[in-house]
Amino acid sequence: MIPLLIIVFYLLVLLGLGLASNRFFRGTAADYFVASHSIGPFLLLMSIFGTTMTAFALVGSTAKAYTTGIGVYGLMASWSGLVHSAVFFLVGIKLWAIGKRHGYVTQIQFFRDRFESNALGFLLFPILVGLVIPYLLIGLIGAGRVILPITAGTFPGLFPHPTFAGGIPPWLTGLTISAVVLLYVFFGGLRGAVWANTLQTVVFMTAGVVAFHMIATKLGGLSQASQAVLENSPQHLAREGMVGKLEFLTYCFVPLSVGMFPHLFQHWLTAKSAKAFRLTVIAHPIFIMVVWVPCILIGIWAAGMGLRVPPNSVLGQMVGTLVQSPVLTGFLGAGILAAIMSSLDSQFICLGTMFTTDVVVHHYGEGRFTDGQKVFLARSFVIFIVVVTYLLSLLEPPHIFDLGVWCFSGFAGLFPLVFAAVYWKRVTKAGAISSTIGLAVVWNILFWKDMVAHVSGGEENPETLVAGMMPVTVILACAALTLVAVSLVTKPPSKETVSKFFQG
Amino acid sequence: MMRYIVYAAAVAVAILHQDVWFWNDRTLLFGFMPIGLAYHAAFSVAAACVWALAIGYAWPSTLEDASSESGGPERREGARRP
Repeated sequence: MIPLLIIVFYLLVLLGLGLASNRFFRGTAADYFVASHSIGPFLLLMSIFGTTMTAFALVGSTAKAYTTGIGVYGLMASWSGLVHSAVFFLVGIKLWAIGKRHGYVTQIQFFRDRFESNALGFLLFPILVGLVIPYLLIGLIGAGRVILPITAGTFPGLFPHPTFAGGIPPWLTGLTISAVVLLYVFFGGLRGAVWANTLQTVVFMTAGVVAFHMIATKLGGLSQASQAVLENSPQHLAREGMVGKLEFLTYCFVPLSVGMFPHLFQHWLTAKSAKAFRLTVIAHPIFIMVVWVPCILIGIWAAGMGLRVPPNSVLGQMVGTLVQSPVLTGFLGAGILAAIMSSLDSQFICLGTMFTTDVVVHHYGEGRFTDGQKVFLARSFVIFIVVVTYLLSLLEPPHIFDLGVWCFSGFAGLFPLVFAAVYWKRVTKAGAISSTIGLAVVWNILFWKDMVAHVSGGEENPETLVAGMMPVTVILACAALTLVAVSLVTKPPSKETVSKFFQG
Repeated sequence: MMRYIVYAAAVAVAILHQDVWFWNDRTLLFGFMPIGLAYHAAFSVAAACVWALAIGYAWPSTLEDASSESGGPERREGARRP
């Protein structure tokens, strides 16, 4: 019961933050969508980090280290540290300046103006929404799977079905966290999400470090825990046979996805000034290290102990069997939910914002709606999306977690579009449209017919590869080549557009 | 000039990511830290240092002024409740 009480207390604190942030709400659409560009360096760092880290940062990293060894850090964490900050520095700050100058709140508004094309907006909207929804599903389904074992045996009378073993069923967890996120997003808009994300980032970073310390102590100290891996499972201490060299290299393209996350675009726009980005750019790789290194070590220690459980249960099992502390179990549960919800809230808001600005306001005209009506529309669409996502999560689509890397690959395939939009004056509407269509075609071919891909590396590494490379390599190359080739042979954008987006 | 040195440093760090020399090395640094993991943790610190240099020497200072030149639509709105 103690773990559940800690989690419930945490959810109540989040609701309180949402209500508190509502007191600062100025009532304008710009305040609801981008917090009136008022967020300073610390809150920007915490909200962006919380948004980019999902449940995978705690649960998935431990699970992957348990199956694949230490190479997971180089694949996912160190590349992300370098590439995410590069994208924030090279693209994020420019988009912030453009967005602030022209009053944009969504990517599609920017792309429509930059490429002088309504059609591109209509093409991008379903692609972006389609790539965000599986991401939401991963969060909701992941939350259900985390809470069930933590609460097992707590309510034997209420949930007697053997599948639940007296624990809280996933449908109830999904419903609860959907309602909590919905409420604080509803009242606080993006400012509420930023405040909540700051708290959630602190909680999940602390939970990981505390779990690491207590597990290491119970294993007899750091040296004894790692020596057991050296004796029983030495392959987990290196990459040979676990990760392919080309896979290791081409994973660098996956984190480019942050350049096209619509929810991250919106977070960038919350910044008070360009200088607010500085702390984020520098601290992001360090924060990734603080979260990931302990989890990787816990994962390999579990392998060294000879633990035999489903990979995604490794972190929970290590805490449950070694530490046996209801307080830590509850704190870890809250930490994992924090990582999940800190992504869900921004994604819910961005979908509401995109629907309002890119579909309704774009169709009926800017002057047709008051700010209050825009906020109402956004809130209504957020409720609609939450309900649809929740219902989809009840179906538990198969292989939903495998879909994660495909979503990231899709967003990464759109990166050439945004990079060219801010750096290449000559890029054209035809180039942008054909690149987007090309990306969609290649992505679908690889996704649906991945018989062209093959499993590589060690027996326990199920990563789908194309000629030893991550599929994103092919997707990105096709999108970039199409963009450049078509742009060079089609009519350049007007001088007005170029001067609007390029100063000097 | 410093701007190009910073960008070159970022590329150099990216190249150093491919540490084939530790590919099959199972040494435990300080008795507990796998050397491949320690290297990549240090890589994360190096990445932070490179971006700190970028902020110091390649910061796009013109953006700050440019962003406030015209002011977006929301800047012209009153702060009213719906």
